[in-house]
Amino acid sequence: MAEMAAEGREPEILFWVGCAGSFDARAQKVTKAICQVLDAVGMSFAILGTEEMCTGDPARRAGNEFVFQTLALQNIQILNGYEVKKIVTACPHCFNTLKNEYPALGGNYEVVHHSQLLQELINAGRIKMSEGGTFKGKKITYHDSCYLGRVNGVYEAPRAVLESLDSQLVEMKRCRSNGLCCGAGGAQMFKEDEPGDKRINLERAEEALKTGASIVAANCPFCLTMMQDGIKAKDKQDEVMVYDLAELIVNNMVR
Amino acid sequence: MISSIIFTLIAVGSFVFAGREFLKIRRNILLGKELAIEGDTRQRWGNVFLIALGQQKMFKRWIPAVLHLFIYVAFVITQVELIEILVDGIFGTHRFFYAPLGGFYSFIISFIEVLSVLALVATIAFLVRRNIMRLSRFHKPEMKGWPSKDANLILVLEIFLIFFIFLMNSSDMHLHDNKYGFAVSQFLSPIWEGTGESTLHLLERVGWWGHILVVFAFLNYLPFSKHLHIIFAFPNTYFASLKSRGEMENMPEIMNEVKSMFGIPVESTDAVNAENLEFGANDVPSLSWKNVLDAYSCTECGRCTAVCPANLTGKKLSPRKIVMDIRDRADEIGKKLDSGNADFAKDKNQPLSASNFDDGRSLFDYIAAEEIHACTTCNACVEACPVLINPLEPILKLRRYEILSLSQGPQEWLPMFNSLENSGAVWSMSQDRDAWKADL
Ligand code: SF4
Ligand code: SF4
Repeated sequence: MAEMAAEGREPEILFWVGCAGSFDARAQKVTKAICQVLDAVGMSFAILGTEEMCTGDPARRAGNEFVFQTLALQNIQILNGYEVKKIVTACPHCFNTLKNEYPALGGNYEVVHHSQLLQELINAGRIKMSEGGTFKGKKITYHDSCYLGRVNGVYEAPRAVLESLDSQLVEMKRCRSNGLCCGAGGAQMFKEDEPGDKRINLERAEEALKTGASIVAANCPFCLTMMQDGIKAKDKQDEVMVYDLAELIVNNMVR
Repeated sequence: MISSIIFTLIAVGSFVFAGREFLKIRRNILLGKELAIEGDTRQRWGNVFLIALGQQKMFKRWIPAVLHLFIYVAFVITQVELIEILVDGIFGTHRFFYAPLGGFYSFIISFIEVLSVLALVATIAFLVRRNIMRLSRFHKPEMKGWPSKDANLILVLEIFLIFFIFLMNSSDMHLHDNKYGFAVSQFLSPIWEGTGESTLHLLERVGWWGHILVVFAFLNYLPFSKHLHIIFAFPNTYFASLKSRGEMENMPEIMNEVKSMFGIPVESTDAVNAENLEFGANDVPSLSWKNVLDAYSCTECGRCTAVCPANLTGKKLSPRKIVMDIRDRADEIGKKLDSGNADFAKDKNQPLSASNFDDGRSLFDYIAAEEIHACTTCNACVEACPVLINPLEPILKLRRYEILSLSQGPQEWLPMFNSLENSGAVWSMSQDRDAWKADL
């Protein structure tokens, strides 16, 4: 973004990468997939790069408002400094915080989740799917993340994106507003589960396996990790793959 | 004449006693902090109509929803009859509205009778579901003791109520050669064939008194019961937040402090009281009054707990328990305030009052750290609640208190906080934030 601003150019959209997208090896692949899609459709975008910080979601939900405010206010200063208007992000936690929590702190942007952007681009014909792609006829199940689904009510966009793959979408028993959490939210990602019978991600992975799908589609870097770990714990990692929507699209689009 | 006097005394007494208890509950709710109610009033009424009156959220599962609707509608409509009972009771009349209303009267009572039969079916089904089928959400640890008894007691009371209604109506029908034409009682009245007139009169009176006494008992029982929700569901849905679920309540004091740290102009001039800084909530008075209203509106149905990922996987956290604990604690504070015991005064030189209260206890005596730490903030409980209670909000306020006021909390979060403060990322990383660009 700094470079573009220096050259006086304004990107169509700012891509908010997030901590996971920046540092987590698995989520980095999703980040790259999104860049590839945006490049392929010729949408000009920028990232904040080293100027980006965590949105503060895990700190706020852990109860540490001080750290949250510190991060959020710095991010808002940067974003407002560049006069950013539209943001896309691949993380539903970043999405929620940017969209719903930054306005009270003075940060007002149009924020979309990448599943919404993908749907838009597919509908507008800017993304074209290759005929008889890799996923044709394959059984895919979709895991609603809490912060995209229940919290922000986005249930259809990601499903519409999956429909475009010509695959067979099978729902888990608990889906949409009844979707079961992967276990990562509320800063649980950064600690062990409290004492109990079972890890939450295992419960969800078992449910995903029950659908008989060979692909589990997710929309959140933390769900991705949680589902993958859960499936691995069931020793099914060779039969069932966990992908982000963007990865599925990039694999199947005409470029 | 005597019976009119007795009736009037009982009626006035039960309204006075119940009224006093309701005022106490109001006082307990207002122990909570002030909260500005923002947003569109029409949308709020919409919630009341759809969710409280229309029971929209119940209809996620059809069978319990329909059964519950029977009991609920029967209960509400039966109260119409209460007007007549009060008139008859006070003035010693008999079916006061029959003469002026005629056929319409028979229609109303018939309607009530049909609903009562449906309610009876539902009541029995609910008793079976609770006690024979033993649905797991009714048998979690927080339901042991009084909460389970409470649930069963009300169902039994309902059966008594219906029994008395039919005893009254059918014997009365038989006495008056079926002239009232009530839909269900006309089939029951032949039972009384051959019963003497005076016995029938007595039975009718037993039915009448039984019915009204159950109603009065119920009224006085409500303030101690989860069945308070039949009233509180309405204000609770009205006052439910209209904001996005994803937005945690902002903390302007902290925001302003951080802003001035960064040299960002601070709009509000609310001076931060630096001495007495307590963040989040540890007790009923530091929650909002809406959080406490939530607690008193809880039906203890456990729909929240049944979908809670933490509870489903055997953790101690149960959102229902959190909500019930808040009510219990509010009741505890209320009782201690009523006791007038000066030991509970914070400043012993001042009289005991809601603002001068300290019994050395807090919500943390009810709720363990492992409960609040287990929450994934997934909002499933918020989505599930049929009366728009938000169990998540108090959990997060307790977390805030723990971290900000007590500087405690899960050890494992410390590295995350440190890394966020030092490098702005959740993990401490040696590489740059945009290192991934290299192999694009
Ligand atoms: S938000 Fe917390 S308490 Fe509510 S269902 Fe999810 S994990 Fe349970
Ligand atoms: S909080 Fe709502 S869902 Fe949970 S037990 Fe109470 S009424 Fe039922």
